Amino acid sequence: MEQKPFSRGLLSSEADSQRTLYPYVTGTSVVALKYKDGILMAADMGGSYGSTLRYKTVERMKSIGKHSLLGASGELSDFQEILRYLDELILYDNMWDDGNSLGPKEVHSYLTRVMYNRRNKFNPLWNSLVLGGVKNGQKYLGMVSMIGVNFEDDHVATGFGNHLARPILREEWHENLSFEDGVKLLEKCMRVLLYRDRSAVNKLQIAKITDEGVTVSQPYSLKTFWGFSAFSNPTAGAEGSW
Amino acid sequence: MDLNLNDEHSMGTTIIGVTYDGGVVLGADSRTSTGMYVANRASDKITQLTDNVYVCRSGSAADSQIVSDYVRYFLHQHTIQLGQPATVKVAANLVRLMAYNNKNMLQTGLIVGGWDKYEGGKIYGIPLGGTIVEQPFAIGGSGSSYLYGFFDQAWKEGMTKDEAEQLVVKAVSLAIARDGASGGVVRTVIINADGVTRNFHPGDSLQLWHEELEPQNSLLDILNTASPEPMNF
Repeated sequence: MEQKPFSRGLLSSEADSQRTLYPYVTGTSVVALKYKDGILMAADMGGSYGSTLRYKTVERMKSIGKHSLLGASGELSDFQEILRYLDELILYDNMWDDGNSLGPKEVHSYLTRVMYNRRNKFNPLWNSLVLGGVKNGQKYLGMVSMIGVNFEDDHVATGFGNHLARPILREEWHENLSFEDGVKLLEKCMRVLLYRDRSAVNKLQIAKITDEGVTVSQPYSLKTFWGFSAFSNPTAGAEGSW
Repeated sequence: MDLNLNDEHSMGTTIIGVTYDGGVVLGADSRTSTGMYVANRASDKITQLTDNVYVCRSGSAADSQIVSDYVRYFLHQHTIQLGQPATVKVAANLVRLMAYNNKNMLQTGLIVGGWDKYEGGKIYGIPLGGTIVEQPFAIGGSGSSYLYGFFDQAWKEGMTKDEAEQLVVKAVSLAIARDGASGGVVRTVIINADGVTRNFHPGDSLQLWHEELEPQNSLLDILNTASPEPMNF
Protein backbone atom coordinates (compact mmCIF):
# COMPACT_ATOMS: atom_id res chain seq x y z
CA MET A 1 0.00 0.00 0.00
CA GLU A 2 2.32 2.71 -1.32
CA GLN A 3 1.59 6.38 -0.86
CA LYS A 4 2.98 8.92 -3.29
CA PRO A 5 5.64 11.12 -1.70
CA PHE A 6 4.40 14.68 -1.01
CA SER A 7 0.83 13.36 -1.31
CA ARG A 8 0.02 15.21 1.86
CA GLY A 9 2.19 18.17 0.91
CA LEU A 10 4.96 19.45 3.09
CA LEU A 11 2.81 19.75 6.19
CA SER A 12 2.92 16.06 7.24
CA SER A 13 4.91 12.95 6.48
CA GLU A 14 3.70 9.52 5.33
CA ALA A 15 5.62 7.62 8.00
CA ASP A 16 3.54 8.88 10.86
CA SER A 17 0.26 7.04 10.44
CA GLN A 18 1.67 3.63 11.26
CA ARG A 19 1.70 3.73 15.03
CA THR A 20 -0.55 4.17 18.03
CA LEU A 21 0.06 7.40 19.83
CA TYR A 22 -0.20 8.39 23.45
CA PRO A 23 -2.13 11.38 24.69
CA TYR A 24 -0.38 14.55 25.88
CA VAL A 25 -2.97 17.17 26.82
CA THR A 26 -6.13 15.50 28.07
CA GLY A 27 -9.60 16.38 29.26
CA THR A 28 -11.31 14.36 31.95
CA SER A 29 -14.92 13.15 32.36
CA VAL A 30 -18.00 14.29 30.47
CA VAL A 31 -21.43 13.46 31.97
CA ALA A 32 -24.75 13.77 30.17
CA LEU A 33 -28.40 12.85 30.67
CA LYS A 34 -31.78 13.11 28.95
CA TYR A 35 -34.34 15.31 30.66
CA LYS A 36 -37.88 16.48 29.90
CA ASP A 37 -37.04 19.03 27.17
CA GLY A 38 -33.85 17.52 25.76
CA ILE A 39 -30.28 16.79 26.84
CA LEU A 40 -28.09 18.20 29.60
CA MET A 41 -24.32 17.74 29.44
CA ALA A 42 -21.58 18.78 31.85
CA ALA A 43 -17.79 18.91 31.58
CA ASP A 44 -15.09 20.76 33.45
CA MET A 45 -12.73 23.13 31.68
CA GLY A 46 -9.46 21.41 32.51
CA GLY A 47 -6.67 20.35 30.15
CA SER A 48 -4.13 18.19 31.99
CA TYR A 49 -0.56 17.62 30.88
CA GLY A 50 0.26 14.36 32.63
CA SER A 51 -0.22 15.09 36.30
CA THR A 52 0.01 18.87 35.86
CA LEU A 53 -3.29 20.75 35.68
CA ARG A 54 -1.95 22.91 32.90
CA TYR A 55 -4.93 24.57 31.21
CA LYS A 56 -7.97 25.66 33.16
CA THR A 57 -10.19 27.30 30.56
CA VAL A 58 -10.65 24.70 27.83
CA GLU A 59 -14.10 24.32 26.28
CA ARG A 60 -14.69 20.60 25.94
CA MET A 61 -18.27 20.88 24.72
CA LYS A 62 -19.08 22.41 21.34
CA SER A 63 -22.31 22.73 19.38
CA ILE A 64 -22.47 20.95 16.04
CA GLY A 65 -24.91 22.32 13.46
CA LYS A 66 -28.31 23.30 14.82
CA HIS A 67 -29.28 20.15 16.64
CA SER A 68 -26.28 18.58 18.36
CA LEU A 69 -23.68 19.06 21.06
CA LEU A 70 -20.36 17.21 21.22
CA GLY A 71 -18.48 16.71 24.47
CA ALA A 72 -15.05 15.08 24.53
CA SER A 73 -12.53 13.69 26.96
CA GLY A 74 -9.06 12.49 26.05
CA GLU A 75 -6.45 14.15 23.84
CA LEU A 76 -7.47 17.73 23.13
CA SER A 77 -5.59 18.07 19.84
CA ASP A 78 -7.58 15.13 18.46
CA PHE A 79 -10.82 16.75 19.68
CA GLN A 80 -9.84 19.96 17.87
CA GLU A 81 -9.24 17.92 14.71
CA ILE A 82 -12.63 16.18 15.06
CA LEU A 83 -14.28 19.61 15.32
CA ARG A 84 -12.66 20.52 12.00
CA TYR A 85 -13.97 17.31 10.36
CA LEU A 86 -17.44 18.11 11.68
CA ASP A 87 -17.16 21.70 10.47
CA GLU A 88 -16.60 20.38 6.97
CA LEU A 89 -19.43 17.85 7.33
CA ILE A 90 -21.91 20.53 8.42
CA LEU A 91 -20.69 22.93 5.73
CA TYR A 92 -21.27 20.42 2.95
CA ASP A 93 -24.65 19.58 4.45
CA ASN A 94 -25.63 23.25 4.42
CA MET A 95 -24.46 23.64 0.84
CA TRP A 96 -27.11 21.19 -0.34
CA ASP A 97 -29.54 23.94 0.68
CA ASP A 98 -32.36 21.44 0.69
CA GLY A 99 -33.99 22.35 3.96
CA ASN A 100 -32.67 19.23 5.65
CA SER A 101 -29.98 19.37 8.33
CA LEU A 102 -27.88 16.66 9.95
CA GLY A 103 -29.35 15.52 13.26
CA PRO A 104 -27.60 13.99 16.27
CA LYS A 105 -28.15 10.43 15.08
CA GLU A 106 -26.37 11.15 11.79
CA VAL A 107 -23.50 13.00 13.45
CA HIS A 108 -23.09 10.16 15.94
CA SER A 109 -22.99 7.66 13.11
CA TYR A 110 -20.37 9.70 11.25
CA LEU A 111 -18.19 9.94 14.35
CA THR A 112 -18.51 6.20 14.98
CA ARG A 113 -17.25 5.43 11.48
CA VAL A 114 -14.36 7.88 11.82
CA MET A 115 -13.28 6.49 15.20
CA TYR A 116 -13.61 2.85 14.21
CA ASN A 117 -11.73 3.25 10.92
CA ARG A 118 -8.87 5.07 12.66
CA ARG A 119 -8.74 2.26 15.23
CA ASN A 120 -8.44 -0.29 12.42
CA LYS A 121 -5.40 1.53 11.08
CA PHE A 122 -3.81 1.51 14.54
CA ASN A 123 -3.91 5.31 14.58
CA PRO A 124 -6.81 6.19 16.88
CA LEU A 125 -8.17 9.58 17.78
CA TRP A 126 -7.59 9.36 21.50
CA ASN A 127 -11.00 10.55 22.67
CA SER A 128 -14.23 9.41 24.28
CA LEU A 129 -17.02 11.39 22.68
CA VAL A 130 -20.52 12.18 23.95
CA LEU A 131 -22.96 13.27 21.31
CA GLY A 132 -26.33 14.68 22.40
CA GLY A 133 -29.09 16.42 20.51
CA VAL A 134 -32.76 17.01 19.82
CA LYS A 135 -34.34 17.04 16.39
CA ASN A 136 -38.05 17.32 15.73
CA GLY A 137 -38.80 16.61 19.36
CA GLN A 138 -36.76 13.41 19.37
CA LYS A 139 -34.06 13.31 22.07
CA TYR A 140 -30.81 11.48 21.32
CA LEU A 141 -27.80 10.77 23.52
CA GLY A 142 -24.91 8.59 22.40
CA MET A 143 -21.27 7.78 23.08
CA VAL A 144 -18.29 6.71 20.94
CA SER A 145 -14.99 5.51 22.38
CA MET A 146 -11.53 5.68 20.82
CA ILE A 147 -11.84 2.11 19.62
CA GLY A 148 -15.20 2.70 17.95
CA VAL A 149 -17.48 1.18 20.60
CA ASN A 150 -20.72 3.12 20.34
CA PHE A 151 -24.13 3.06 21.97
CA GLU A 152 -26.97 5.28 23.03
CA ASP A 153 -28.56 5.55 26.43
CA ASP A 154 -30.59 7.80 28.75
CA HIS A 155 -27.42 8.85 30.58
CA VAL A 156 -23.75 8.48 29.69
CA ALA A 157 -20.36 9.37 31.11
CA THR A 158 -16.71 9.12 30.04
CA GLY A 159 -13.51 8.35 31.90
CA PHE A 160 -13.80 8.52 35.68
CA GLY A 161 -17.43 9.44 35.22
CA ASN A 162 -18.09 5.84 34.24
CA HIS A 163 -17.10 4.70 37.69
CA LEU A 164 -18.28 7.57 39.84
CA ALA A 165 -21.17 9.25 38.01
CA ARG A 166 -23.03 6.35 36.39
CA PRO A 167 -23.95 4.63 39.67
CA ILE A 168 -25.48 7.91 40.87
CA LEU A 169 -27.34 8.32 37.58
CA ARG A 170 -28.58 4.74 37.67
CA GLU A 171 -30.14 5.34 41.10
CA GLU A 172 -31.49 8.86 40.64
CA TRP A 173 -32.27 9.36 36.95
CA HIS A 174 -35.86 9.06 35.81
CA GLU A 175 -37.90 10.01 32.74
CA ASN A 176 -39.05 13.61 32.47
CA LEU A 177 -36.61 15.23 34.84
CA SER A 178 -37.17 18.96 35.05
CA PHE A 179 -34.34 21.31 34.03
CA GLU A 180 -33.60 22.16 37.67
CA ASP A 181 -33.53 18.52 38.79
CA GLY A 182 -31.36 17.58 35.81
CA VAL A 183 -28.85 20.31 36.59
CA LYS A 184 -28.78 19.35 40.29
CA LEU A 185 -28.20 15.71 39.39
CA LEU A 186 -25.34 16.61 37.03
CA GLU A 187 -23.82 18.90 39.65
CA LYS A 188 -24.00 16.07 42.19
CA CYS A 189 -22.00 13.90 39.78
CA MET A 190 -19.52 16.66 38.99
CA ARG A 191 -18.95 17.38 42.68
CA VAL A 192 -18.10 13.74 43.39
CA LEU A 193 -15.72 13.82 40.43
CA LEU A 194 -14.13 16.97 41.82
CA TYR A 195 -13.51 15.24 45.15
CA ARG A 196 -12.27 11.97 43.73
CA ASP A 197 -10.72 12.58 40.26
CA ARG A 198 -7.20 13.98 40.45
CA SER A 199 -7.45 15.53 37.03
CA ALA A 200 -10.70 17.37 37.74
CA VAL A 201 -10.63 21.15 37.85
CA ASN A 202 -13.17 23.32 39.68
CA LYS A 203 -14.42 25.27 36.71
CA LEU A 204 -17.22 23.73 34.71
CA GLN A 205 -19.89 24.37 32.14
CA ILE A 206 -23.31 22.80 31.73
CA ALA A 207 -24.87 22.68 28.27
CA LYS A 208 -28.51 22.32 27.36
CA ILE A 209 -29.94 21.11 24.05
CA THR A 210 -33.62 21.39 23.28
CA ASP A 211 -35.66 21.73 20.13
CA GLU A 212 -34.93 25.46 20.28
CA GLY A 213 -31.19 24.93 20.02
CA VAL A 214 -27.96 24.62 21.97
CA THR A 215 -26.80 26.79 24.88
CA VAL A 216 -23.58 26.39 26.84
CA SER A 217 -23.54 28.04 30.28
CA GLN A 218 -20.86 30.48 31.43
CA PRO A 219 -17.99 28.85 33.36
CA TYR A 220 -18.66 28.53 37.11
CA SER A 221 -17.27 26.74 40.20
CA LEU A 222 -18.93 24.39 42.67
CA LYS A 223 -18.82 24.73 46.44
CA THR A 224 -17.21 21.80 48.21
CA PHE A 225 -17.82 20.54 51.73
CA TRP A 226 -15.07 19.76 54.19
CA GLY A 227 -16.77 20.48 57.52
CA PHE A 228 -17.18 16.90 58.72
CA SER A 229 -16.07 16.22 62.26
CA ALA A 230 -14.32 13.10 61.06
CA PHE A 231 -12.19 15.28 58.78
CA SER A 232 -10.88 17.67 61.38
CA ASN A 233 -9.09 15.07 63.47
CA PRO A 234 -9.01 11.76 61.63
CA THR A 235 -6.06 10.20 63.44
CA ALA A 236 -7.17 11.09 66.98
CA GLY A 237 -7.71 7.53 68.04
CA ALA A 238 -4.83 6.04 66.07
CA GLU A 239 -1.77 8.25 65.67
CA GLY A 240 0.04 7.78 62.38
CA SER A 241 -3.01 6.32 60.60
CA TRP A 242 -4.74 8.14 57.80
CA MET B 1 28.69 11.18 35.51
CA ASP B 2 28.47 10.68 31.77
CA LEU B 3 28.34 13.86 29.69
CA ASN B 4 27.02 11.95 26.67
CA LEU B 5 28.03 14.51 24.06
CA ASN B 6 26.18 12.60 21.35
CA ASP B 7 22.75 13.35 22.77
CA GLU B 8 20.34 15.34 20.65
CA HIS B 9 20.56 19.14 21.07
CA SER B 10 17.71 20.00 23.34
CA MET B 11 16.64 23.37 24.58
CA GLY B 12 15.63 22.48 28.13
CA THR B 13 14.35 25.99 28.30
CA THR B 14 12.03 28.41 29.87
CA ILE B 15 9.75 30.24 27.45
CA ILE B 16 7.05 32.78 28.26
CA GLY B 17 4.51 34.82 26.28
CA VAL B 18 2.42 37.52 27.97
CA THR B 19 -0.25 39.87 26.58
CA TYR B 20 -0.50 43.42 27.84
CA ASP B 21 -2.69 46.37 27.01
CA GLY B 22 -1.49 47.05 23.43
CA GLY B 23 0.66 44.06 22.49
CA VAL B 24 2.67 41.08 23.70
CA VAL B 25 5.99 40.40 25.41
CA LEU B 26 7.81 37.15 24.60
CA GLY B 27 10.68 35.96 26.78
CA ALA B 28 13.14 33.05 26.91
CA ASP B 29 16.41 31.88 28.46
CA SER B 30 19.43 31.16 26.25
CA ARG B 31 20.72 27.68 27.13
CA THR B 32 20.95 24.82 24.61
CA SER B 33 22.24 21.54 26.04
CA THR B 34 23.57 18.29 24.56
CA GLY B 35 23.06 15.91 27.44
CA MET B 36 24.80 17.56 30.37
CA TYR B 37 27.00 19.84 28.26
CA VAL B 38 25.86 23.36 27.44
CA ALA B 39 26.28 23.46 23.68
CA ASN B 40 25.26 27.10 23.32
CA ARG B 41 25.01 29.50 26.27
CA ALA B 42 23.68 32.42 24.23
CA SER B 43 21.05 30.92 21.95
CA ASP B 44 18.16 32.91 20.59
CA LYS B 45 14.98 30.95 21.13
CA ILE B 46 12.62 33.68 20.01
CA THR B 47 12.37 33.31 16.27
CA GLN B 48 10.73 35.55 13.71
CA LEU B 49 7.92 34.13 11.58
CA THR B 50 6.74 37.41 10.03
CA ASP B 51 7.30 41.11 10.75
CA ASN B 52 4.59 41.01 13.39
CA VAL B 53 4.60 37.38 14.65
CA TYR B 54 7.34 35.61 16.59
CA VAL B 55 7.56 32.14 18.12
CA CYS B 56 9.28 30.92 21.30
CA ARG B 57 10.83 27.50 20.81
CA SER B 58 11.37 24.73 23.38
CA GLY B 59 12.17 21.01 23.35
CA SER B 60 14.25 19.58 20.54
CA ALA B 61 16.30 22.35 18.92
CA ALA B 62 16.20 20.65 15.50
CA ASP B 63 12.45 20.01 15.55
CA SER B 64 11.54 23.54 16.62
CA GLN B 65 13.89 25.08 14.06
CA ILE B 66 12.51 23.07 11.15
CA VAL B 67 8.90 23.78 12.16
CA SER B 68 9.58 27.52 12.32
CA ASP B 69 11.43 27.40 8.98
CA TYR B 70 8.48 25.71 7.25
CA VAL B 71 5.95 28.05 8.85
CA ARG B 72 8.01 31.11 7.91
CA TYR B 73 8.07 29.83 4.30
CA PHE B 74 4.30 29.27 4.21
CA LEU B 75 3.55 32.57 5.92
CA HIS B 76 5.72 34.42 3.41
CA GLN B 77 3.67 33.00 0.55
CA HIS B 78 0.44 33.64 2.42
CA THR B 79 1.39 37.30 3.00
CA ILE B 80 2.10 37.79 -0.71
CA GLN B 81 -1.19 36.21 -1.71
CA LEU B 82 -3.20 38.00 0.97
CA GLY B 83 -1.64 41.40 0.20
CA GLN B 84 -1.32 42.36 3.85
CA PRO B 85 0.42 41.12 7.03
CA ALA B 86 -0.67 37.70 8.24
CA THR B 87 -2.67 37.57 11.46
CA VAL B 88 -1.30 35.93 14.60
CA LYS B 89 -4.17 33.42 14.45
CA VAL B 90 -3.15 32.24 10.98
CA ALA B 91 0.48 31.88 12.00
CA ALA B 92 -0.46 29.94 15.12
CA ASN B 93 -2.75 27.62 13.18
CA LEU B 94 -0.02 26.85 10.65
CA VAL B 95 2.27 25.91 13.53
CA ARG B 96 -0.51 23.76 14.96
CA LEU B 97 -0.95 21.95 11.64
CA MET B 98 2.72 21.01 11.53
CA ALA B 99 2.77 20.00 15.19
CA TYR B 100 -0.42 17.94 14.96
CA ASN B 101 0.24 16.16 11.68
CA ASN B 102 3.74 15.16 12.73
CA LYS B 103 2.98 14.49 16.36
CA ASN B 104 4.65 11.07 16.34
CA MET B 105 8.01 12.49 15.35
CA LEU B 106 8.21 15.96 16.81
CA GLN B 107 9.16 16.85 20.33
CA THR B 108 8.73 20.57 20.57
CA GLY B 109 6.50 22.93 22.53
CA LEU B 110 5.94 26.38 21.05
CA ILE B 111 4.45 29.71 22.05
CA VAL B 112 3.32 31.91 19.15
CA GLY B 113 2.88 35.59 19.90
CA GLY B 114 2.36 38.75 17.90
CA TRP B 115 0.25 41.77 17.05
CA ASP B 116 -2.17 42.34 14.19
CA LYS B 117 -4.60 45.16 13.45
CA TYR B 118 -7.72 43.02 13.89
CA GLU B 119 -7.18 41.37 17.29
CA GLY B 120 -4.26 43.33 18.76
CA GLY B 121 -1.77 41.37 20.86
CA LYS B 122 -2.41 37.61 21.06
CA ILE B 123 -0.59 34.61 22.54
CA TYR B 124 -1.19 31.00 21.43
CA GLY B 125 0.30 28.01 23.25
CA ILE B 126 1.02 24.88 21.21
CA PRO B 127 2.24 22.07 23.51
CA LEU B 128 3.28 18.52 22.58
CA GLY B 129 0.59 16.79 20.55
CA GLY B 130 -0.50 19.87 18.61
CA THR B 131 -3.29 21.25 20.77
CA ILE B 132 -3.77 25.00 20.20
CA VAL B 133 -4.82 27.13 23.18
CA GLU B 134 -5.26 30.90 23.06
CA GLN B 135 -4.27 32.37 26.44
CA PRO B 136 -3.67 35.77 28.05
CA PHE B 137 -0.25 34.40 28.99
CA ALA B 138 1.58 31.14 28.29
CA ILE B 139 4.59 29.39 29.81
CA GLY B 140 6.52 26.46 28.40
CA GLY B 141 9.70 24.41 28.50
CA SER B 142 11.19 22.49 31.39
CA GLY B 143 11.67 25.64 33.46
CA SER B 144 7.98 26.43 33.34
CA SER B 145 7.26 23.81 36.02
CA TYR B 146 8.70 26.25 38.55
CA LEU B 147 6.55 29.13 37.35
CA TYR B 148 2.96 27.89 37.62
CA GLY B 149 2.63 29.05 41.20
CA PHE B 150 4.47 32.31 40.47
CA PHE B 151 2.11 33.26 37.64
CA ASP B 152 -1.00 32.17 39.55
CA GLN B 153 -0.02 34.83 42.06
CA ALA B 154 1.70 37.53 39.99
CA TRP B 155 -0.33 37.69 36.77
CA LYS B 156 -2.96 40.37 36.39
CA GLU B 157 -5.05 41.73 33.49
CA GLY B 158 -4.28 45.08 31.88
CA MET B 159 -0.59 45.48 32.66
CA THR B 160 1.47 48.15 30.93
CA LYS B 161 4.30 47.29 28.55
CA ASP B 162 6.96 47.87 31.20
CA GLU B 163 5.09 45.89 33.88
CA ALA B 164 4.70 42.99 31.44
CA GLU B 165 8.38 43.00 30.47
CA GLN B 166 9.47 43.15 34.11
CA LEU B 167 7.20 40.22 34.92
CA VAL B 168 8.66 38.16 32.08
CA VAL B 169 12.28 38.93 33.01
CA LYS B 170 11.59 38.12 36.68
CA ALA B 171 9.90 34.86 35.78
CA VAL B 172 12.59 33.59 33.41
CA SER B 173 15.22 34.57 35.96
CA LEU B 174 13.42 32.59 38.71
CA ALA B 175 13.17 29.56 36.45
CA ILE B 176 16.85 29.77 35.55
CA ALA B 177 17.63 29.72 39.27
CA ARG B 178 15.99 26.31 39.72
CA ASP B 179 16.01 24.57 36.33
CA GLY B 180 19.36 23.09 35.30
CA ALA B 181 18.23 23.01 31.71
CA SER B 182 17.65 26.77 31.62
CA GLY B 183 20.35 29.41 31.91
CA GLY B 184 22.34 32.21 30.35
CA VAL B 185 20.67 35.51 29.52
CA VAL B 186 17.04 36.55 29.36
CA ARG B 187 15.94 37.67 25.91
CA THR B 188 12.67 39.52 25.43
CA VAL B 189 10.80 40.59 22.31
CA ILE B 190 8.03 43.18 22.57
CA ILE B 191 5.54 43.32 19.69
CA ASN B 192 2.88 46.01 19.31
CA ALA B 193 1.38 48.44 16.80
CA ASP B 194 4.63 50.43 16.70
CA GLY B 195 6.73 47.43 15.77
CA VAL B 196 9.15 45.00 17.39
CA THR B 197 11.76 45.65 20.11
CA ARG B 198 14.39 43.10 21.09
CA ASN B 199 15.97 43.34 24.53
CA PHE B 200 18.85 41.56 26.14
CA HIS B 201 19.12 41.08 29.89
CA PRO B 202 22.50 39.59 30.82
CA GLY B 203 22.72 37.32 33.88
CA ASP B 204 24.55 39.89 36.01
CA SER B 205 21.78 42.48 35.55
CA LEU B 206 19.14 40.23 37.10
CA GLN B 207 18.09 40.35 40.73
CA LEU B 208 19.48 37.78 43.14
CA TRP B 209 17.31 35.05 44.54
CA HIS B 210 17.51 32.78 47.60
CA GLU B 211 20.99 31.46 48.36
CA GLU B 212 22.52 33.39 45.47
CA LEU B 213 25.45 35.68 46.23
CA GLU B 214 26.60 38.92 44.68
CA PRO B 215 29.11 37.96 41.96
CA GLN B 216 32.71 39.06 42.60
CA ASN B 217 35.84 39.27 40.48
CA SER B 218 37.90 37.44 43.06
CA LEU B 219 38.13 36.39 46.70
CA LEU B 220 40.98 38.83 46.97
CA ASP B 221 38.64 41.74 46.49
CA ILE B 222 36.50 40.52 49.39
CA LEU B 223 39.50 40.09 51.64
CA ASN B 224 40.88 43.48 50.78
CA THR B 225 37.67 45.32 51.50
CA ALA B 226 37.02 43.44 54.73
CA SER B 227 38.10 45.03 58.06
CA PRO B 228 41.70 44.27 59.13
CA GLU B 229 41.04 41.13 61.14
CA PRO B 230 43.05 37.93 61.11
CA MET B 231 41.87 35.84 58.15
CA ASN B 232 39.63 32.95 59.19
CA PHE B 233 39.68 30.11 56.74
